Amino acid sequence: MTTTAQRTRTTSYVNAILEAQRQLLTADPNVFLCGEDVALYGGVFGTSRGLMAEFGPQRVVDTPISESGIVGMAIGAAATGLRPVVEIMFMDFVGVCMDQIVNQLAKMRYMFGGKATLPVTIRTMAGGGRNMAAQHSQSLEAWFCHVPGLKVVMPSNPYDAKGLLVAAVRDDDPVLVIDNKMQLGMQGEVPEDLYEVPLGKARVVREGTNFTIVATSRMVQEALAAAEQLGADGLNVEVVDPRTLQPLDIETIATSVRKTHRALVAHEAVRFGGIGGEIVAQIQEEAFDYLDAPVGRVGAPFSPVPFSPALEALYVPNRDTIVTEVRRILGKQV
Amino acid sequence: MVDSITRQSPSREQFVTFYRQMQLIRRFEEAAALSYQRRKIGGFLHLYIGEEAVATGMIAALRPSDTVVASYREHGHALAKGMDPKAAMAELYGKVTGCSRGKGGSMHLFDTSIGFLGGYAIVAGQMPIAVGLGLAAVQAGRDDVTMCFFGDGAVNEGEFHEALNLAKIWNTPVIFVCENNLYGMGTALARAHAVQEIYRRAEVFNIPSERADGMDVLAMYDVARKAVEHARSGNGPYFIEAMTYRFRAHSMADPELYRTKEEVARWRQRDPIPRLRAQMIEQGLATEADLNAMDAVVDRQVEEAVRFAEESPEPPVEDLWRHVYVGYDSKDMT
Ligand SMILES: Cc1ncc(C[n+]2csc(CCOP(=O)(O)OP(=O)(O)O)c2C)c(N)n1
Ligand SMILES: [Mg+2]
Repeated sequence: MTTTAQRTRTTSYVNAILEAQRQLLTADPNVFLCGEDVALYGGVFGTSRGLMAEFGPQRVVDTPISESGIVGMAIGAAATGLRPVVEIMFMDFVGVCMDQIVNQLAKMRYMFGGKATLPVTIRTMAGGGRNMAAQHSQSLEAWFCHVPGLKVVMPSNPYDAKGLLVAAVRDDDPVLVIDNKMQLGMQGEVPEDLYEVPLGKARVVREGTNFTIVATSRMVQEALAAAEQLGADGLNVEVVDPRTLQPLDIETIATSVRKTHRALVAHEAVRFGGIGGEIVAQIQEEAFDYLDAPVGRVGAPFSPVPFSPALEALYVPNRDTIVTEVRRILGKQV
Repeated sequence: MVDSITRQSPSREQFVTFYRQMQLIRRFEEAAALSYQRRKIGGFLHLYIGEEAVATGMIAALRPSDTVVASYREHGHALAKGMDPKAAMAELYGKVTGCSRGKGGSMHLFDTSIGFLGGYAIVAGQMPIAVGLGLAAVQAGRDDVTMCFFGDGAVNEGEFHEALNLAKIWNTPVIFVCENNLYGMGTALARAHAVQEIYRRAEVFNIPSERADGMDVLAMYDVARKAVEHARSGNGPYFIEAMTYRFRAHSMADPELYRTKEEVARWRQRDPIPRLRAQMIEQGLATEADLNAMDAVVDRQVEEAVRFAEESPEPPVEDLWRHVYVGYDSKDMT
């Protein structure tokens, strides 16, 4: 479904989201945006700037601070044909509306015998690195990957941010699109037209021959930097970005590992219980005979995100933690 | 509003205490804002400037064993409850000498020794917690009360309603103080509230409630004494809506397109600090020179707090894994 659009130019991640939302609103009268300060204010991250003026307050809706109500309302609206795009400002706030997401939204299609269709998109912002402390910095994607009925997307660049959002909104199932606040200023090539990056398809970001790093969201850039550094160790690292975590494109990942024989998964979320564990398990199921070393994982320490800038700098994984872990794995190699 | 019959004139000493307290909060935050601009403080910094009379007047009616919880805009409440400005400023700086050892930052001040049970950054999250604090006092046979501060935006969350109901059915000594500054981030009251007289929301829970002038510390103190007396003598919760205004942006900077400069200017004319100053001079309770001398003391205190914060060490690396659980580190779980 990916259309190769002709005209592209360099723009920011924020702008890619903004543009996707504008074009979706233009293309489909059933699409509407809602959330706290998305309309008049234009979104606290600027992802809907100017859209209320353009499309009116019925299609770009400011809501009270009522996350549960907002998501529930979106479910109702979607059940009869609309395509709501809900913004939950910070991922941490999903705690307030977990019932609507997990018990209602994720369950209805199955529980009602396939008779309900819920094209709800929930956009939210994860990640540390801005000294926003324990309640504004979490990466909680694993919670949602565990719930049948939800799809989970984590873009790593402006191109994917736009294309995956378009695919999410056009998808007939509930999709969580999780952006990372440290990527908002990131520049990249983005087609001007509306296009989709299909859900459930990983991307090989960097080709390599003897080590695979599977990295999500912001860790993709860190993995690429690590790959450069590891070149000095004689490694030719392949970097794979799953892009969608649910459904997971294990085939692309396993194909890479069968070629390189060694792998590591890197994400920003807490390592214990993170999506990395699932990916590692699937790698050993799909490519056990090809593995020359244990498959590693990089993630955050088992603690909330500390405010202290000094501690937070140690907390969030980066290129150095990835390099160290790769070297540790290779040291253990049989 | 409180009727004039219940209004007793505070003593000169009380006037002086109020003045010093409000001035300490104001100057503390002005200094914090400066440090933020110098990039010595990171993350969020939600200033209480303009709203000082609310925390000052309300908390003045409490005794040390009473407890207070507040939102992320809580520097004023912590200081009014007796937090050492040094420990508060060091927390903003993320230093280990901060009241939360630098792990919380501006939004998460905490000190049980003075009964300040925390600043919380999930809107309305502190409200049920306040009910538990009240309940615990009752069960322990103490006649302590709890004061719970929250914004106008918080009253649209489910937790607000759950907390009010719980407080009432269990007759807990909780004084709910809604700081109605007319905006939740960029959303004006009228755009998000079915009922704009927020004190009326308490009526349906049979909780006595009233509005008070949050720009007048004496008015706040009056209503606070009444509310505290009510709760302490076993009559259950009380609800106060303080009409106030934040002079600054929501956090350090926002474009403030959601309100007019004229509106801000109008409210600035009601600044509670010059207002009290004028009253004190008019009533012969202090001279300009007395008040300037008080200001100088406050300035020294704030300077000391800044110096202390700047000279304090960062938290040690081990702190990353400490305090996740009681009695052991989580280091091995990474
Ligand atoms: C559950 C939740 N939703 C949204 C936010 C983002 N947010 C932070 S402050 C704020 C506005 C709160 O307004 P109000 O309660 O009036 O307090 P004020 O900032 O005016 O003091 C919002 C929406 C949050 N922190 N928590
Ligand atoms: Mg407010």
